[in-house]
Amino acid sequence: MGTLKSHALPPEMTASRRPVAARRGRPLRKRWSLAAWVALIPMMVTVVFAYLGTMLWTARVSLSNSRTFPSNDFVGFTQYVRLFHNDRWLVSLQHIAVYGVCFIVACLVIGMLLAIFIDQRVMAEGVLRTVFLYPYAMSFVATGLVWQWILNPELGAQSLLHKMGFTHARFDWIVDQDFVIYTIVIATVWQASGLVMAVMLAGLRGIDDELWKAARIDGIPRWRVYMSIVIPMLGPSVSTAFVLLFVAVVKLFDAVVAMTQGGPGTASEVPAKFIMDYLFGRANIGLASAASIVLLATVLAILAPFLYARSRSASRKEV
Amino acid sequence: MNTTLEPSARVSRQQHARRKRFSPSRLGIYSFLIIAALFFLLPLYVMLVTSVKPMDEIRLGNLLALPAHFTLQPWSDAWQSACTGLDCNGIRVGFWNSVRIVVPSTVFSIVIGAINGYALSFWRPRGAGVFFGVLLLGAFIPYQVMIYPMVRVLASVHLFSSLPGIVIIHTIFGMPVMTLLFRNYYAGIPLELFKAARIDGGGFWRIFFQLMLPMSLPIIVVAMILQVTNIWNDYLLGLVFAGTRNLPMTVQLNNIINTTTGEKIYNVNMAATILTSVVPLAVYFISGRWFVRGIASGAVKG
Repeated sequence: MGTLKSHALPPEMTASRRPVAARRGRPLRKRWSLAAWVALIPMMVTVVFAYLGTMLWTARVSLSNSRTFPSNDFVGFTQYVRLFHNDRWLVSLQHIAVYGVCFIVACLVIGMLLAIFIDQRVMAEGVLRTVFLYPYAMSFVATGLVWQWILNPELGAQSLLHKMGFTHARFDWIVDQDFVIYTIVIATVWQASGLVMAVMLAGLRGIDDELWKAARIDGIPRWRVYMSIVIPMLGPSVSTAFVLLFVAVVKLFDAVVAMTQGGPGTASEVPAKFIMDYLFGRANIGLASAASIVLLATVLAILAPFLYARSRSASRKEV
Repeated sequence: MNTTLEPSARVSRQQHARRKRFSPSRLGIYSFLIIAALFFLLPLYVMLVTSVKPMDEIRLGNLLALPAHFTLQPWSDAWQSACTGLDCNGIRVGFWNSVRIVVPSTVFSIVIGAINGYALSFWRPRGAGVFFGVLLLGAFIPYQVMIYPMVRVLASVHLFSSLPGIVIIHTIFGMPVMTLLFRNYYAGIPLELFKAARIDGGGFWRIFFQLMLPMSLPIIVVAMILQVTNIWNDYLLGLVFAGTRNLPMTVQLNNIINTTTGEKIYNVNMAATILTSVVPLAVYFISGRWFVRGIASGAVKG
């Protein structure tokens, strides 16, 4: 203890040391926090300017009549009223709702099935896991382009079906106004369900073996154990997966741009693309800001209960 | 959230119940898994096969057929002479742009994440927790809310449409996950170690560089995997912030395929798509379980 050197700090800061046995060494920390504050400046600047500042700015602009450049006038909620009379926006909302439900349900079901089947002590488990997760390493752009090619009505899957003898088979969803949104579901489910599998598998591996022994002694069939006990126990994994998938739904942009460019017509327009178009293509910043605030409010409203539950369980663990 | 795939748990489960090998239910399990695996591999197969066929073969419409005349010409075309608009220098332009974006962005975001995580878990300056909370929430904010004001700010300091600009943007957007990753890692290091270093007179930076950083190698690897794949695969931010001279590979790929007029050269397009995916796929196949660990710990990914 006698070897204490006081480098770079005035002696009064190192002089008073109380026993370090105190929980998490509070006295020590208090006197030294200057360097820590300095080190955290980049984070604080980012939080204040990049996150909070931009949000406030966008909220302010959404209440103005800005077109190409932000203006300082105040027009109340006019932009929001305009937004909800804009057909393209309403259609985008509809699409994202259909897409979101299909995408999240499909990913959860497929990911869960894959995880449960992999968890049956199968051979080549590592290979299977690798195969199911590799699409997640690819970009949405690449994913979109591959599926655009596979679903190409002239040379892709449809022509293959014709060659195989199903001469009247139709699989031209990607150019069909009513079905195009489902092609985006297919492509992105292909990409993301491996992620759900990884999350679920980790959850399954955390379940005690005793449970299976008990179930076997009681003669309960395996599927019944899964349905009634295991899947309900996976609640935390399901909510993690849900949050990840939900964030992906709100962000959906790259895959649409690569696969369909929002077409045919406006049949695969989505909110994120609407905002980008109005920000940069159509130079209507006021309307785009209003749309992004609506997007933000939706995200917070849906995620708040999940995040709240998670932070509560996390703080309970800490104590 | 401990979602790593623990090998020990697996071994214990494999030990018992090695019995029922070829019952009908096993057959069902394997057929399901094999069919699923084929479905997942199908796009990769289609990409590969298409990229080594001449166009006449592609026009026949046999998506799954193996090439009758194997050719690597589409690959060299994609790399060297594929066109975006009037520029016909191939996807390699985007490749090198992506490298120049990914390397500094990864380094900066990891350095800042490590310092944040270290300060937050050991020094805990009063009030810093609030900033951290907001930062984590920031991971869920849709990019669209932040993009336009950021364009204005960067433009006002002449960094918009430049390499430093896009690097700053990636560092900012990577900060929540990187900070969380390091904070959680340092939370697992015994506090006694830190206290001992403090008693020996280590200051903030000295403890960081001489004690914590050398201990952080595993989490740095995880962070690198996460950031390299995320930044390489980014499209939106590169499109807005990088500027025409620094467009990343994903943006250039999309431009090559979706904005060219005339007949689409599918074999070149597929070769370019594979080339764009090579880096993240290589990271994935080489890193294996570490990759899973990365996405599990970065579960708040924005």
